Amino acid sequence: MASGPSLDFLSTSFSLSRVDDARLTPLQEGTSSAIALPLVDRPANFLRDAFAGAAEKDRLHFAHGTTTLAFVFQGGIIAAVDSRASMGQYVGSGTVKKIIEINPYLLGTMAGGAADCSFWERDLGRRCRLYQLRNKQRISVAAASKLLANTVYGYKGMGLSMGTMIMGWDVSGPHLHYVDSEGTRLKGNKFSVGSGSTYAYGVLDAGYSWDMGVEDAIHLARRSIYHATHRDAASGGVINVYHVKEEGWVKISSDDMMIIHEQVKAEKKAVDDAAEAVEGAAASGAETVAAVGSAADPTAAQDTGDASAASRGDVPPPASST
Amino acid sequence: MDALGLLRPAASVSGLPAAHVPHAASGFALGDHAGRAPAAPAEGPGVVASASSGPLQRRFEPYQNNGGTVLAVAGKDFCVVASDTRLGLGYSIPSRKVSRILKMTDKVVLASSGMQADMMTLHKTLRMRLVKYQQNHQKDMSLTAASQMLSNMLYTRRFFPYYTFNVLGGIDEKGEGWAYGYDAIGSHEKVSAVCSGTGQTLIQPVLDNQIEFKQQWGAPKVDLSLEATVELIRDAFTSAGERDIYTGDYVEICKITKDGVEVEEFQLKFD
Repeated sequence: MASGPSLDFLSTSFSLSRVDDARLTPLQEGTSSAIALPLVDRPANFLRDAFAGAAEKDRLHFAHGTTTLAFVFQGGIIAAVDSRASMGQYVGSGTVKKIIEINPYLLGTMAGGAADCSFWERDLGRRCRLYQLRNKQRISVAAASKLLANTVYGYKGMGLSMGTMIMGWDVSGPHLHYVDSEGTRLKGNKFSVGSGSTYAYGVLDAGYSWDMGVEDAIHLARRSIYHATHRDAASGGVINVYHVKEEGWVKISSDDMMIIHEQVKAEKKAVDDAAEAVEGAAASGAETVAAVGSAADPTAAQDTGDASAASRGDVPPPASST
Repeated sequence: MDALGLLRPAASVSGLPAAHVPHAASGFALGDHAGRAPAAPAEGPGVVASASSGPLQRRFEPYQNNGGTVLAVAGKDFCVVASDTRLGLGYSIPSRKVSRILKMTDKVVLASSGMQADMMTLHKTLRMRLVKYQQNHQKDMSLTAASQMLSNMLYTRRFFPYYTFNVLGGIDEKGEGWAYGYDAIGSHEKVSAVCSGTGQTLIQPVLDNQIEFKQQWGAPKVDLSLEATVELIRDAFTSAGERDIYTGDYVEICKITKDGVEVEEFQLKFD
């Protein structure tokens, strides 16, 4: 067999191969880059069936990642993620880097299976580099996301779990694509992926606008992930935020979610204090009106309520009190 | 009854359906020990779910969990990789002295818990890859290269994983100590301290608190010396050995410094 350095990395894709003792020597099997399939009738079901009768403690659990989001706006793309990897009930890690730096101008996020995401996005980086070397220009974001989508489509049904967003700024501007292990590939301006995505969407949709400033966008992204970590058991840890600009991506911040929790609490308190101050001013204004109207009027209390409601602009003032 | 000799429903009346199941060629079931009827899977060729009615079938069960705890703790310029040496199988202990550690190079050590057969195959394949690398590049594999290679090797078995829980520890090219923790299919992360295996849930929180100083808001992070780290690891194993039935017997500790790998061993309780 060939004794020189292996040039496997120049081949475009990882092939699936049936592991067959007669065909491959142990050295070849251990050193090949082909992805091995078990030699059973239905390899897609094999892993699930292997643990079907097993006790919970003996089952294989793979690291799963959870809340991620990204959106495009006038200043580029903001991506924010949490950092918890759960393996069944156990927290495998609280410091996972779920934003994968594919190359200096392309980012990918990780949700679903951690090994699946990191392996295939690293493979995507390899193929983007090959494209760049062969074509003397950078690959577009659309092409990169399509490479990934087509790769995982070849493993469809075999149990890969991957929900990722590929984002970057190429010659035609900032682009964001969602790619998952089912083969879905969607272009869009706003995505959130993972078990905590519903919570993140709520906050993100409420606060998003295309014309946001960069600081507001970062603040919104951070808060959206925070709310997801707060309510989703499988999300937590540190909130990482990246910004994709024309020159490439830059890491903005990495804050423990409890720090963001204190910030949100302080902001809410400030808003509540301000509202109370307004209400206090309105109430004292309304009391003066009622006192002038009638001293022992049984509907004075009602008048006060209505008057203060009027000062808030909700309810028209009563025509006259009886 | 059909050609496979599957049980008739009446077998459930006797209360011991497992005794009648023909033990066709199959791996040991996980956690299997005498008298326990396995729960049959919900799908598959000709299988009906519950043990209380209908036919039971054994299927190819390739995995078993042999237990054990492994850990790696990295310091400023050293790393300590340790594992216990008990081989468990259900409620039995087939061996008290099984090594889970592979010394990959003078600066990199791997420890794997889980299924011993997969661990041995993985270590064998890794040794081959290390020799091949050394011959092609005229130097030993570095820690970062070895960590990525292990991740890729685990992932090539994505659909039939090595039932192994690995930790890798060593000194990188800059002389800093680092540890890597892996899941079964190769998801890895560079950390200061990681523990895997059956004693993971007992030891990892202690490592988080004492090595990484997590949840110690405001306390200054202190770098432990090699001796202090080994002390902590000994305490961790003695405590885990008390609370985990699969951890015990002996502990192998590998201390990796710029001068190479030094191995020491101490004894836990044999119960």
